[in-house]
Amino acid sequence: MSDLKQELKAKIIEQLNLEDISVDTIADDDSLFGDGLGLDSIDALELIVMLDKDYGIKLLDPKEGRKIFESIEVMANYIAEHRTK
Amino acid sequence: MLKTNKFIQSYSHIRNNTVSKNGTLLFENASEAFPDFIKAAYNALDTGYPKFFKMDNLSKLAFLAADVLLKEIPSATNKEQNIAIVLSNRASSLDTDRKHQASIANKEDYFPSPAVFVYTLPNICIGEISIKHRLFSENSFFIFDRFSAEHLADYTNGLFLNNKAEKVIGGWVDFDTDTYEAFLYLVSDKGSIPHNKKEINRLYRL
Repeated sequence: MSDLKQELKAKIIEQLNLEDISVDTIADDDSLFGDGLGLDSIDALELIVMLDKDYGIKLLDPKEGRKIFESIEVMANYIAEHRTK
Repeated sequence: MLKTNKFIQSYSHIRNNTVSKNGTLLFENASEAFPDFIKAAYNALDTGYPKFFKMDNLSKLAFLAADVLLKEIPSATNKEQNIAIVLSNRASSLDTDRKHQASIANKEDYFPSPAVFVYTLPNICIGEISIKHRLFSENSFFIFDRFSAEHLADYTNGLFLNNKAEKVIGGWVDFDTDTYEAFLYLVSDKGSIPHNKKEINRLYRL
């Protein structure tokens, strides 16, 4: 699980072009949206694509993302449970 | 041709790995490819807007060229000053269009990026400028074969004559594969350079 969290942090930084943020500066329970990493609605769509492309998880309802993308911790738990690749 | 008694208050160029304002060099980094050059320019010019790194190449180019001009105007008053934006280019959003096309070309590996797709219109760069500087004004983006000072001047004068704007940022911002060029100018009641086709062409060629 720890490896998956580190992997997610690295993917988010790279794919969402988060400048001046490193893997070490993201805590597992940091909010990804709002006051945390400050991700926006387009970033949320990118994360949905990432779940599909990298982990074989299709979110049919984008609103599901609100809970899944709460933090790295929540995301990693969801991926570990639902991944197909 | 429509005429008004306005002036070109300031102007900026980004080309050949340089950023300049009113003919004065602000930044130069001759050895870098565009992505590294524009990032270095962003840092050197103390831009301080992390969402810059999410933009496509055209928006980065337009945003930085406009930021150089708008920095001198307090953002809290931009809405009251009603600054319109009239931009133009040749390649539209082709650079990003190609990236999007590549992501949907293979039906077996079909994962288009929302963050790329949102930039598949050239006028998105105007939105980026407007968000940062809180502009709620008129805006237009024209696609031409080549730089057209006459069209830009006419359209800008039309905005003034119809009381659609108090100031206008006009110009050319073009990005295609390995070539880029931005020339923006701010038209207002202030300044010593008359706003007309001849002066716009002169400044463009500086």
